Amino acid sequence: MSIRILLFAELEEKVGTRQIEIDGTEMTAGEVRNTLLEKYPEVSAFNSAMMAINEEYADDQDVVREGDLVAFIPPVSGG
Amino acid sequence: MNNNNFEIINTPIQINEVINKVEDRNAGAINTFIGTVRELTKGKKTVYLKYDAYISMAEKKLAQIGGEIQKEYPESKVAITHRIGELAISDIAVVIAVSTPHRADAFAASRYAIERIKEIVPIWKKEHWEDGEKWMGDQLEHKPYPEGKPEKGDLN
Repeated sequence: MSIRILLFAELEEKVGTRQIEIDGTEMTAGEVRNTLLEKYPEVSAFNSAMMAINEEYADDQDVVREGDLVAFIPPVSGG
Repeated sequence: MNNNNFEIINTPIQINEVINKVEDRNAGAINTFIGTVRELTKGKKTVYLKYDAYISMAEKKLAQIGGEIQKEYPESKVAITHRIGELAISDIAVVIAVSTPHRADAFAASRYAIERIKEIVPIWKKEHWEDGEKWMGDQLEHKPYPEGKPEKGDLN
């Protein structure tokens, strides 16, 4: 019963890994964000990152279900 | 549009390969944009850069940009390749090629593509200076996001 989460750039570096899992079967993206803010209180970048669910940008009220792939997307800087 | 037209790679970009993807008998223009690694930013000297990406999503978002351009210019063809990994000064980070029947549209669409990459494509740049390093955030000069993220309408 877990949700997979991908971290990139500053978030990956601060947490120390690209992929983590949290317990849960269904929650909103905002709840995922809050869970990680509680787990990593020193990593404030979780606040400013966008989120994606299954490779599409999501809002905090969008629902994440077991098996979904959630990603935290810090402000992008490609080009 | 062919999905191979939108690639994230970790090897040097072959400009001609990107251009070849948009060749078309009805094209009167192929415009290319080549983004390179600059040494000086606001007086600060970059030693090298490192790019990383959420590759699968980044390729989808590049394809989305191609789709947006095709909607606006139905006779256009678009190809975009972005490189990730470690890049030195003057290395090519991104190549955009757009073909259209008339040149004005090719110029406009190329400009649109690079600005849009900086808005929605999950690619990150880490600057390495002589005295430190930092993951860079939103670098759009003309459109700051008040909430630190794109507006809903910018994304889909």
